[in-house]
Formats: sequence, C-alpha cells, structure tokens
Amino acid sequence: MQNLNFLFDIISWTLLLAGSFFIIIGSFGIYRFPEFWSRLQASSVIDSLGLYLILLGLGVQSGFTFVTVKLIIIGLFLFLTGPTSTHALANAAFISGLRPEEKLETN
Amino acid sequence: MKHHLILRVITKLLVGPIMLFAFYVQFHGDYSPGGGFQAGVIMAVGIIIYGIVFDMEHAKKVLPAWFVHKMLAFGVLLYTFTGVISFFRGKNFLDYSALSPHSAIHGQHYGILIIELGVGITVSGVMIAIYYAFGSRTSEINDAEW
Repeated sequence: MQNLNFLFDIISWTLLLAGSFFIIIGSFGIYRFPEFWSRLQASSVIDSLGLYLILLGLGVQSGFTFVTVKLIIIGLFLFLTGPTSTHALANAAFISGLRPEEKLETN
Repeated sequence: MKHHLILRVITKLLVGPIMLFAFYVQFHGDYSPGGGFQAGVIMAVGIIIYGIVFDMEHAKKVLPAWFVHKMLAFGVLLYTFTGVISFFRGKNFLDYSALSPHSAIHGQHYGILIIELGVGITVSGVMIAIYYAFGSRTSEINDAEW
C-alpha cells in the first residue's frame, strides 16, 4: 500500500510539473511573441495542455473521491469555455480588421 | 447577433449549469467555500451572459429592470428583518440562536441560510442592475457590422 501511494504521488507530481511547464511556456509565448495571432496560438498551449495536465494530476492526487468528480466537472467546463473564448477573441480581432502579417520574404 | 453561432450554442448549454452551480455555492456556503456573495455573482453571470450573447431585451423579459431593483432592496430587508426578529425574542441584533426556540444550533443554521440568501439576492440584483445600466447605452459596433 505504501508503494502504491508512492507510485500515485510520482504520477500526479509528474503530471502537475508537466502542466506547470506548459503553462510557463504558454505565458512566455503570450509575453514574447510579436503580434496578436501568434500570441493567441501560444495561449492555446495553456488552454489545451497545461490546464488538463494539472487537473489530471490533482485528480490522481485526490483518488476516487467527490473532489475528483468536481475536477471532472471543472474539466468539462474548461473544455467548453476555453475554445469558445479563444474563438470569440479571434473572431472579434478578425472582424475589426486585424490580419496576420504576410512578410517573411525568402531571398 | 446572428453572427455568433458558436457563442450562442455554448451559452445555451452553459446558462443552466451556471445557475445550478450558483445554487450549489449558495446553499453549501456553510460547509465548503462559497456563500451569498459568490453565489450572487455567479447567478448574475448566468443572466448577464445570456443578455450579452442573445439580446438584453430578452434578458429583461426574464428579469425586468423594476424587478431587479426590488430584488436589490428585498435582500437587504431580508437580512435586516432576520436581525430584528432576534430583538423580539429578547436577544441581540442578528443573534441567530433566537430563530429556533428549541435548539440554538438549529437557529444558527437557519440564520446563516437566511442571511446568505439575502446577501445572494442583493448581490445578484446589484450585478444585474449595473449590467442593465451600462448595457442600455447604445453600442459603438452595431449588429449589422459583425
């Protein structure tokens, strides 16, 4: 039983650290990328990988309890709202006339 | 708002669960994180997101502005009269144990529930009233331009 707990700890902390890693990468992307569309793409790293890995890690940490059910509900909520908010943001930018720059001429 | 198909579908899906979650936060406020303030804001968010994505006129059909203003006052009155009831039972203002003559613990429980209900009603009323007040201004981008 002790070993099993240790195994769960290893799994959950690996997931949590991986999730934190992706969130940090996404934050750096939002901060460092030059213009709107690439920043949006960087933020999708947080939306798609970071949050779910963290939720999964917390779920493994809490075991089969009511907390896990709540985490699953949070995951479903994020699954619906994350892409929707990104869509709304991109849509508003596109409608108001912001376009991806097409420079990058190859010599 | 014919343009925002995705937003409309997701909003239809989420308004119900958001309100359910508001009630959960409201009535579990004494056991888990939550309470009247949070529940009121979440409940107001349910109405406000409906008003933003569909039309504010549709939201006003559900909760007219006069009703929101009454709600806002009713919550405060509920809070105050719960306190005043304790006066008539010979206790201090907002001493919940006066609410149940047999068991002080039950009285405390009822008191917390009623007070939090009052807070929740007032907070959601204030949030929706602020949204109505700001949203009633004419928008800079009209719907045809989307």
